[in-house]
Amino acid sequence: MNLWDSVLIAVRALRVNLLRSVLTTLGIVIGVASVIILVAVGTGASSEVDKQIKALGTNMLVVFPGSMRVMGRQGGAGTDIPLSEIDVAGIRDKVPGVTAVAGQIEDSGPVVRGNSNWTSSLSGVHAEYASVRDWPIASGRDLDAADVRSGAKVAILGATVAKEIFPGEDPVGAAVRIKNVPFEVVGVLTAKGQSVMGRDQDDIVLLPITTARLRVSGKSQIQNDRVGRIYVKVDEGADMAEVQEDIESFLRQRRKTRAGAEDSFSVRNLAETMKARSEVLTTLSYLLAATSVISLIVGGIGIMNIMLVSVTERTREIGLRMAVGGRRRDIMLQFLVEAVSLCLLGGLIGIAIGVSASAVIAFVANWPVLVSPAVLGGALAAAAATGICFGLFPARRAALLNPIDALRSE
Amino acid sequence: MTVIERPAGPEPQGEAPPLGPPLVSARDLTKVYRVGEQDLVALDHVTLDIAAGDFVAIMGPSGSGKSTMMNLIGALDVPTSGSLVLDGRDIGTLAVDELADLRNRSIGFVFQQFNLLPRTSALEQVMLPLLYAHPRPADSEAMARRRLEQVGLANRMDHTPRQLSGGQQQRVAIARALVNNPKLLLADEPTGALDSRTSEEIMQLFAELNRGGITIIVVTHEPEIALWAGRRITFRDGRIVDDIRQTPYAGGVTLSDASSAPGAAP
Repeated sequence: MNLWDSVLIAVRALRVNLLRSVLTTLGIVIGVASVIILVAVGTGASSEVDKQIKALGTNMLVVFPGSMRVMGRQGGAGTDIPLSEIDVAGIRDKVPGVTAVAGQIEDSGPVVRGNSNWTSSLSGVHAEYASVRDWPIASGRDLDAADVRSGAKVAILGATVAKEIFPGEDPVGAAVRIKNVPFEVVGVLTAKGQSVMGRDQDDIVLLPITTARLRVSGKSQIQNDRVGRIYVKVDEGADMAEVQEDIESFLRQRRKTRAGAEDSFSVRNLAETMKARSEVLTTLSYLLAATSVISLIVGGIGIMNIMLVSVTERTREIGLRMAVGGRRRDIMLQFLVEAVSLCLLGGLIGIAIGVSASAVIAFVANWPVLVSPAVLGGALAAAAATGICFGLFPARRAALLNPIDALRSE
Repeated sequence: MTVIERPAGPEPQGEAPPLGPPLVSARDLTKVYRVGEQDLVALDHVTLDIAAGDFVAIMGPSGSGKSTMMNLIGALDVPTSGSLVLDGRDIGTLAVDELADLRNRSIGFVFQQFNLLPRTSALEQVMLPLLYAHPRPADSEAMARRRLEQVGLANRMDHTPRQLSGGQQQRVAIARALVNNPKLLLADEPTGALDSRTSEEIMQLFAELNRGGITIIVVTHEPEIALWAGRRITFRDGRIVDDIRQTPYAGGVTLSDASSAPGAAP
């Protein structure tokens, strides 16, 4: 007797009690379906976070100004000594492992073209900004050092702004007015999508930082070389933590912060923070997957139960098979294959439910859901393993029956 | 015990087929079961030879040891002491799997309750022993078809037990017992679940098969069934109390109710 014979016998036996077979596999169905849904949603979520980390810019550190404590009350970010052009130049020139540095000041205001307008975030930036943020130009050109030096009235539009003011047109070369100052659009950024917080990152206009200070928001500034925050691109091979420490000690030195005193700025590795968050997400989804393993175990006990019933019901059949020459291992194989077939049936139903539920979740929640073949294979393997584990005991019980007693049983 | 004797006396002769060397050979065969605190001697030093080609009826009341004897001859059980050589193998020395192979190759079983698999066609029932044969015959299906034809079920091969009468079911079981060309056909109360007319048909079939050369042992408590055999062994309390040769009944008249089927066509 070979495996194929056993499969045929098993399929026949399962068909005889079709309803019972399907009900028995319910535990396996739920286990497999939930494993697939949870892993799909979990990996989908962390791949979304990965995408956001990429959008943030890789190997990037951000320097924020600190908050000032006045009369025991902590002010908001930026209330302490602001960052300045000197800090930008210092980080660029004095900290090893830094490849590019770009400062940014933020304002907002309407961008006007003819009789259409759109209020957007206006960012004054250094020339390296787009490259530091890993943010390629879709069309036109990037800002260059000359633009920044001369305070040129040029602007780069984010994808959302371009779409709102120039629907279906190429804005490069066109003129817009920003806070009543005429600007020439020289480029358009590629779309980056939503930020982690759900903000539209493409709703932005980049201007040379010098132009922004002078013509857009500079007039109200007390300090004319103020920088809102500094983006630092770190060399691929450099140690992020080390560079972060170097920037901190450089700024402390420059600000003459006493040892033990709090920093009047902060240096953050946003990607690290997000990675940690994505790890939490992944851990959570694996934890949930572990609970569905429990459901597989419960399902397996159901399988064992029904296999024991089956062995009892078919004791005479077992006796007959032994009488006509079935060896113990033949009987064992037959019932083991039956248990595994039962579990695989449940696994297939579970996969069908899991995949369709994942698709529904993806559609309704607009959340990326990934179903990988590896997960499907793993789920089936888990189902089969459940069948072997929980089928072993009933199969053994069948194989060890005494043929005489088995033949006589009613 | 009343013995119905027909028509001549129990003379150990007649036109019995030439008998060969012993196929079953028991020496001081003893089987003891432990029931609770007590030992129950089911077979008590039985010595017996059954020749190849013989048609033997084993009789006795329940508890006489005849069922134990059948289990041992069928290699379903092993003796407590003594030896039983079956087709050249001493079953006491065989492992569980070797016993299974011996049953597969040398013995065909026929049971009182037929023991057919539910929802399975006659053809597949008959092929069942071949499933466990080593090596597996390539022409299993042809072998099974031939046996079903032999028992007169050529046009019932696709029928499941539910679609067959009791007699037909027992014929399927006989075809299954024969499919592996065993040397010994071992029937345990083969007519116990059948009416007298069907019983006669089944015994007729056994007699035919025996004339074809196969050794047949029928365990029964019905004297009229035992009449078909050429040798009748009676057990009581674990021992053989009677062992006679007789002229086998050839059939034609229903013994238990002669008036119901006078000269019925077979």
